[in-house]
Order: sequence, then structure tokens, then C-alpha cells
Amino acid sequence: MRITCPLCGERDRREFYYKGAALVRPAEGADLDAWHEYLNLRENPAGPLDELWYHEMGCNAWLKVTRDTATHEISAVELASEAGLGGET
Amino acid sequence: MRFSGWRVLREGLTGNKGWAPHWRDPEPKSEYDVVIIGGGGHGLATAYYLAKEHGITNVAVLEKGYLGGGNVGRNTTIVRANYYLPGNSEFYSHSLKLWETMEQDLNYNAMMSQRGIINLFHNDGQRDAAVRRGNSIVNQGDDAELLSREQVRELAPFLNFDNNRFPIMGGLLQRRAGTARHDAVAWGYARGADMRGVDLIQNCEVTGIDVKNGKVVGVQTARGPIRAKKVALAAAGRSGQVAAMAGLTLPIESHVLQAFVSEGLKPIVDHVITFAEGHLYISQSDKGGLVFGSYLDFYSSYAARGNLPMVEHTMETFVAMVPAVSKARLLRSWGGIMDMTPDGSPIIDHAPIDGLYLNCGWCYGGFKATPGSGSVYAHLIATDRPHGAAAKFKLDRFRSGVGLMDEEGTGAQHNLH
Ligand SMILES: Cc1cc2nc3c(=O)[nH]c(=O)nc-3n(C[C@H](O)[C@H](O)[C@H](O)COP(=O)(O)OP(=O)(O)OC[C@H]3O[C@@H](n4cnc5c(N)ncnc54)[C@H](O)[C@@H]3O)c2cc1C
Ligand SMILES: [Zn+2]
Repeated sequence: MRITCPLCGERDRREFYYKGAALVRPAEGADLDAWHEYLNLRENPAGPLDELWYHEMGCNAWLKVTRDTATHEISAVELASEAGLGGET
Repeated sequence: MRFSGWRVLREGLTGNKGWAPHWRDPEPKSEYDVVIIGGGGHGLATAYYLAKEHGITNVAVLEKGYLGGGNVGRNTTIVRANYYLPGNSEFYSHSLKLWETMEQDLNYNAMMSQRGIINLFHNDGQRDAAVRRGNSIVNQGDDAELLSREQVRELAPFLNFDNNRFPIMGGLLQRRAGTARHDAVAWGYARGADMRGVDLIQNCEVTGIDVKNGKVVGVQTARGPIRAKKVALAAAGRSGQVAAMAGLTLPIESHVLQAFVSEGLKPIVDHVITFAEGHLYISQSDKGGLVFGSYLDFYSSYAARGNLPMVEHTMETFVAMVPAVSKARLLRSWGGIMDMTPDGSPIIDHAPIDGLYLNCGWCYGGFKATPGSGSVYAHLIATDRPHGAAAKFKLDRFRSGVGLMDEEGTGAQHNLH
């Protein structure tokens, strides 16, 4: 599996650390259910999934990667900081 | 048809013509008291104990492929009860006791082999953890022995005792642990359930779960709709998808775990051995193949095969632990899809829908759970109360944060398990 980092280009999967589904982070005061959903619940599709990967052995950027969980085909990669995932303070 | 030494002898002398199929191949009925989704080890064991312990026999097990084609036939066959965390420890203790009587109970040879497991440790911290774990295992009534480096060397001289990075300081031995022939476990429970009247229906994918007024009423399948008073999930790595049919989102990600087997070798490895650095586990099958595996691939996957970085890692760790195997050839490798929960422990509970039951999140350790899972799940389905040995496997622990069962102490977060 290879991931094309927007900053570094196509790199081996082993350069990256995997975080899991790329979900929109609830606002600070959000209720328990919103946090439970964010932290624990997963749609878990057999198909395209938005995920967070960290380019640990490269530029240290967090990436939002759209990957098919059945074929491992990667259809899109963008910087997580530009993907509207919330978490701004 | 009952198996016995006499029967094997008679069949041997008469050309083995008297063996009959081990279970029927019935058409699905239009309605059952209980429909179990998934004909893996857990689904079949549940059906068996429903019939045997609770007298509930109007039961169907619906399997989308063939019985035993899922993880029950893909794992590295390790059975043990050396868990530490309350909740897990009593459950696996309960399960191991059932393993010890299962073959007599089922009249079926599952090649249960209590060859013992040795969990190696490499540093002071791991040794202290092993001592603590061993004491707690003994307190719960199971067996554990701490082995010195020399004692390990006597039992497993082929290990690399000169490994500078990961020296072997000793091991924790559980003699009652071991392995079982995984397919035979599925077949034994299938036959036992079938003999008690349970319908085992293969090639019958469940495509929908029918819910009316908050209560489950049946399922849609590749072979038509089936009504049911109770519907019980036992779909292993597909739990997320099956639950979604009832509108539920579970705290589960599906990941792939790979397993490997070498060419057949003369007997060298007498036990199950785990190497703490790199999480490697090995045993030798009765055919001579070294059966081994290590970590999961660590990202969501529904591909029933793994990727090469983990293959490389596993081989490196194996050779570091047993240098002699570098000359052995690898026969095959494969993968299985498993449910991973944020805390690494299973869920056996009512779903938030009346009449719907959950048995999922077994992560990479659910084979040893097979009889235990079947017995406690049957208890839950039949009585609507949790079995004492599984009272902590609650769904709401993730939402409340109370009673999270983080066996390895890594944290209750998806990507850590
Ligand atoms: C490589 C590997 C090694 C492992 N090693 C060990 C080990 O050494 N020790 C240990 O304790 N555990 C181990 N495990 C974990 C263990 O195998 C699983 O936790 C356990 O087998 C899962 O339960 P099961 O047997 O019922 O699952 P399965 O056998 O996978 O049963 C689930 C069944 O549900 C069916 N199904 C899914 N969706 C549907 C649907 N919509 N309709 C109808 N049927 C459906 C599937 O086809 C499947 O047959 C390992 C797992 C893997 C993958
Ligand atoms: Zn980069």
C-alpha cells in the first residue's frame, strides 16, 4: 500500500501511522452522546472510508485519506488541517 | 450416528461406506423462536447450548457461506485462560473448563491438546507483570507457573537465548492451555446442534433485519424472509454491517489479522510459545506445520488477506526468536476479518432493540472463547439475563466509560487495539 502525501509525494505505507476514521470533532461543550459517537461508534463500511493517517517518517502532517477498506484503493488524500474536521480552538 | 473406537474399526474394515453426513441440509422454515446470524464457532455453539441447556430447539443458524468458513477456521487455534482483568478472567476460565469436557460432551474429536502455553518475558517490568498475572490466575482457580530462564531453556531449547535486544528472562506457563483443531470445533457444535433439532442453513446471507415498533420480528435473507421472536448476532468481523441492518452503529472497526503456516517439519515445538516483543505466537500442528502470527495490520480492512509489511515484521520476529526457522519454507498465509472494540474486549448484551442480541467484538482472541461464548450467549437469549461469567461484557461501557475492559492497559481507543 502506498499513500501520496500532498507535501512529500507517493510514499510507502510504513512511513505512516494510522489513527482511524476521520470524523468531525465535536465542539468543546458538546454532550456525552456526541463525544461517544466521535470516540467510539464507527460506521465501519466495507468500501470507501475517510481516515486519518500521520506522516510520521516524513513531513509530520496529518492527512485525510479516502481508502476502500475492501480493496485498499486510495481515491483521495488531503491535508487534515484543510479538511474541515473541526477541533479549532 | 455416534463415534466410537468400535465404529471406527468397523468402518475401517468395511471400506468406510457407513459414514453419513454430520448434519442435515434443511430448507428454512418461515418462522423460528430464535434466528442466529452467523454459522461460525460462536453461532453454532450458541445454538448447541440453547438446545442442550435451555431446551430451545426451534432455532435456525443462518450462514452466508459454509459452516466454519469464517474465523473459526482461520485462526491460530490457541486456547488459554490466562487473562488478568476482572470480567475477562472469569469468562475465559469458564470457557477453558468447557473446552476440557467438550469432546466428551459433543462425542466429537476436536483434537483438544493441552500442551501448555509459555508467555516469554524479556525485562524486569514484563516479569513483574507476569508474576502479578500468574498470582491472579491462581487466585481465580486456574493454573500458572513462573519459569526461570533455565526452566524455559529446558522446555524450549530452540529459542534464541542469545538475543541481545530481547533476552529471554523467563516465562509464564499455563499447562492447561493449548490448541484445538479449529474446523472440528465448528463441525462438532454443528453436529451437536443439528442432532437436537436446530436447522443449520448455509448459503443464506442475512440482508435485512426487520424491526417493528422497536421490536425485532424477523430477518430478510438470500433465501427469503424468516420471522423470528429473537434474533441473535454472531457474525464476527461483519458485526458492524449486520448491526447496521437494524439501524445500530457499534463501537467496532473491522481489521484484518494474518496467520501463517510453514512446511511440515519434525516435532520441535511442544508448547504454544509467545514472544512478548513483537507479539509473536507459535505452535506446531499435528501435521508438523509451524502455525504462527503476530499483530493485526492496524487499519480498517475487509480484505480477507493481509498486506506485506506485517508479513515482513512477523517473519523478522519469528527468526529473531527461533533462528533455526529461517531455513523453513512458508507454506501459506491468509487473513481473517475481526471486530475490534476500543478496549479490546467483547460485547455480549441485549441490543437497544427488543429481541435483538449482540455477540461481537471478539478482536483477535475469540477462538478460545467459543464454548464459553456459546454457553453465556445461549443463557442471555433464553433467560434475558446475563450469565454471571459474562456480566461485564456490556455495550454501554463505552458510552459511560464505566467498566471499560482494557486488558492490555493500552487505553480505550480504537487504533490501540
Ligand atoms: C488469523 C487469525 C488468528 C486468530 N488466532 C486466534 C487464536 O489463536 N486464539 C483465539 O482465541 N482467537 C484467535 N482469533 C480470533 C478468533 O478466530 C475469532 O475471534 C472467532 O473465531 C470469532 O468467532 P466465530 O468463530 O463465530 O467467527 P466466524 O467463524 O467468522 O463466524 C461468523 C460467521 O458469520 C457469517 N456471516 C457474516 N455476515 C453474515 C450475514 N449477513 N448473514 C449470514 N452470515 C453472516 C460469516 O460468513 C461467518 O461464517 C484469530 C483470528 C484470526 C483472523
Ligand atoms: Zn508528508
